[in-house]
Amino acid sequence: MTLTVNDLRVHYRTLRGEVRALDGVGFDLADGEILGLAGESGCGKTTLGKSLIRLDGRMRHAGGTVTLDGDELPLSDDRAMNAYRFHKISLVPQYSMSALNPTRRIGRMIRELLASRGVSVDTGELHRRLALVGLDPDVLERYPIELSGGMKQRAVMVISTLLDPSVLIADEVTSALDVSNQQAVVGALRGLRDKGLVTSMIFVTHDLGLTSHIADSIMVMYAGKLAEKAPTKVLTTEPRHPYTKMLIGSLPQVGARYKDKPLSGIEGSPPSLLNPPAGCRFRDRCPLADSRCAEEPPVVEVAPRHSVACWKAA
Amino acid sequence: MSTLPDPAPETAAAPAAPSAPAAKPGSEWLHYAVRNPKLIIGAVLVVILLAVGVVGPMLLDNDNPNEYVGPQAAAPDGTYWMGTTTFGQDVYAQFVHGLRATFLVGVVGGAIAAVIAMVVGFLAGYRGGLVDEILNMLTNIVLVLPALAVLLIINAYMGVRSVAVQGLFIGLTSWPWAARAIRAQTFSLRTREFVDLARLSGSGTWRIVFREIAPNMSSYLFMMFILLFGGSILIASSLDFIGLGPTEGVSLGLMLQSAQQWSALQLGMWWWFIPPGAGITAIVGALYVANVGLDEVFNPKLRES
Amino acid sequence: MLTLDRVTKTFRAGAFGGGSVTAVDRVSFEAAPGELVSLIGESGSGKSTIGRMVLGLTGVSAGSLTLDGEQVRPGKDFYRRVQGVFQDPFSCYNPVFKADRVFALVRRAYHPGVSDKEWADRVEKAVRDVRLDPGQVLGRYPHQLSGGQLQRLLIARALLLDLRFLVADEITSMLDASTRIDVLNLLAGLKERGLGVLYITHDLSLGTYLAEKTVVLRKGRVVERGDTQKVFGNPLHPYTRTLLAAVPRLNQPWTSAEPVEACAYHEGGARDTDLHETEPGHFVACAGLPDCGRTSA
Repeated sequence: MTLTVNDLRVHYRTLRGEVRALDGVGFDLADGEILGLAGESGCGKTTLGKSLIRLDGRMRHAGGTVTLDGDELPLSDDRAMNAYRFHKISLVPQYSMSALNPTRRIGRMIRELLASRGVSVDTGELHRRLALVGLDPDVLERYPIELSGGMKQRAVMVISTLLDPSVLIADEVTSALDVSNQQAVVGALRGLRDKGLVTSMIFVTHDLGLTSHIADSIMVMYAGKLAEKAPTKVLTTEPRHPYTKMLIGSLPQVGARYKDKPLSGIEGSPPSLLNPPAGCRFRDRCPLADSRCAEEPPVVEVAPRHSVACWKAA
Repeated sequence: MSTLPDPAPETAAAPAAPSAPAAKPGSEWLHYAVRNPKLIIGAVLVVILLAVGVVGPMLLDNDNPNEYVGPQAAAPDGTYWMGTTTFGQDVYAQFVHGLRATFLVGVVGGAIAAVIAMVVGFLAGYRGGLVDEILNMLTNIVLVLPALAVLLIINAYMGVRSVAVQGLFIGLTSWPWAARAIRAQTFSLRTREFVDLARLSGSGTWRIVFREIAPNMSSYLFMMFILLFGGSILIASSLDFIGLGPTEGVSLGLMLQSAQQWSALQLGMWWWFIPPGAGITAIVGALYVANVGLDEVFNPKLRES
Repeated sequence: MLTLDRVTKTFRAGAFGGGSVTAVDRVSFEAAPGELVSLIGESGSGKSTIGRMVLGLTGVSAGSLTLDGEQVRPGKDFYRRVQGVFQDPFSCYNPVFKADRVFALVRRAYHPGVSDKEWADRVEKAVRDVRLDPGQVLGRYPHQLSGGQLQRLLIARALLLDLRFLVADEITSMLDASTRIDVLNLLAGLKERGLGVLYITHDLSLGTYLAEKTVVLRKGRVVERGDTQKVFGNPLHPYTRTLLAAVPRLNQPWTSAEPVEACAYHEGGARDTDLHETEPGHFVACAGLPDCGRTSA
């Protein structure tokens, strides 16, 4: 296992109390696996990605462990985490495209970044990796403004993986891109994994359709908890959790027409995580919910590698 | 990647509405205003100082604060609450009159500058194009004028006698930086979609400017007024210092200047320079504290924290 | 009926307005009442500029843009009939005011004579029409509501007018999948009430879900347009095919687009805005047809 997350809890401090953004999530990430992480905004998927890299001032590690290549990550120790960040675990953030310094050429930015980390990389290797994600070496001589969104996103991916990290977290990297750029970025991510430059990957997105093209397995989160995790094929064809079923049901496929068959979304919105209700958190929106759901459903492995947290799934 | 700035945190939970009893924005702001300690403290201080400046002179027996009424260089006592100057002038009488003059020059100068800055800044920022270019040119011309030198010439030539006229001239020359700041803010706000939506609701230019854009920068505008207000007081003091201030009356700046001129510090006559100095500091400081409070009142997001 | 006839938009660019950029180039199409037209294109295709021109927020440089035979003239009367909903619901609300102020603005401009009671009833009805609970959304600040709720409130706002045409610009791209479809269904409902809707999107699957007609834009030009079924059932232009191939589908491998032939799709070609009607109701800019634009240079 590259990464093992066990009962991870991360809370946000707010003046009105602690928001339990991540409330006991556990999963494994196998060597070479790409895990798709899906769910609505506020389900904790971005928090999960961030916790593995750096807890910001408002976040608090409230429990649970994360083990990377056999070492337990010192999540709440910002300094100790430096040894892992970028070297072992790396993040391509949601708005990385706008995070590039507009006054620096890409190449100079990379050199400065590497110097600050005390490592060097040879130019040939850099060019080879740029080619792998479909970029010309001359992007190094260009300013961020001269690149399209998809190109910037791919440049950041190359930078993030220069030290061959064990885990790469890609947080909503495609959500601001057009469909053709999405395809290129997803292809580039897969290439990085296939070439072994990144051992495993967590691909965070709200787009289930896109996830199914890159991920080996998909984990659906809801309100800070795991709802369902299964190999991609299984999750998209035989989902067990009602939330997963409804999410997939609300995806319009090309060719689906309102006139022929109107799709429906999921009524209501996720509960506040400031004081989350007891029991199953999806209960209020779930068509199948009954009195038993007042009790919290445990995560059960209903089939090999297929875990569901729902009383109705077994 | 840790060296890149973190993305905005996912809003993990939709916050529940605070119980705001009032329906109209005006009365709701009032609701929060009376519960904001910073605003209350700042406003109370300003009101007290203003009251002293307005009422204080009326309670004095003597109309002329510069008259030599008492013993020379006396420390504060029961008769002369703030002592007397080297010449036997009542410092308290000067202080209350000075406060009044200082408020007047600050209000007149600050208000005139603020009005010009808002008209120019909003119009240039919202309309853009040719209007912007012309107004920008005007702003830049006034900005590079050596304002103090111009004021010197105007004051010397026209022989300014009253505090109000002094304030007027200060106001006419001190608006450019504020206009530029407002223009820049307006520029960024006018591309927001709620401005488009207001246009789709049939709102006209000035309505959009004052009902949509200005409320988003209300604390900024107030802060600008405070700075212009304070700036007017300081410019007035400089003019007073070189003898080009109003020839009648007294101001806090004038008091400070004469205290300095007659070596009050070296002679240990603290009662001569501390009241005017503290007066200026208190006015500007109280306005600043009130401004921080106002920010919280106007901005619903800050309220909750 | 909204009619665009060779509508062109040129922006001044560069220092001193020396250069110019053509964002929209001779675009023509129509949208009848009760019809939903989807305008599909990637960023930089000029789709949002077309939306802004229809709303009168941006002027038209050349060509004619008419609604029911009248020129678009921004103003109170025009906005009584034509409204827009935009991409970012959070930016559509003035953050210092409560969200329901958007209704108050409409009342001030269009229904000043209506009594408080009557107005409250109308607002409540409109809010219910977009399937929201008035008690949950009225009297709240924008940051206290979700994107889906805000977006639906904007549609409710449009319902308070005598609306004839709605421009919906990427209204679902910031929403979660679970609420996205509800907002789309609302649009379909409006269409059934006889409104004309222009739905601007980069997402083909959302466009096909709703639209009777589809217009595919690339770099300011129409490359293919016509009945949605025909355009996507039988895409003729290589760009349409590329777009269609790039849409991620659940459980289906990405198809690779057919190789692109040299044609108007590649920058050249002088007559490349002339569309060919290949079958009734299906127009294509260039599809390697014998008499297409690539022959002229």
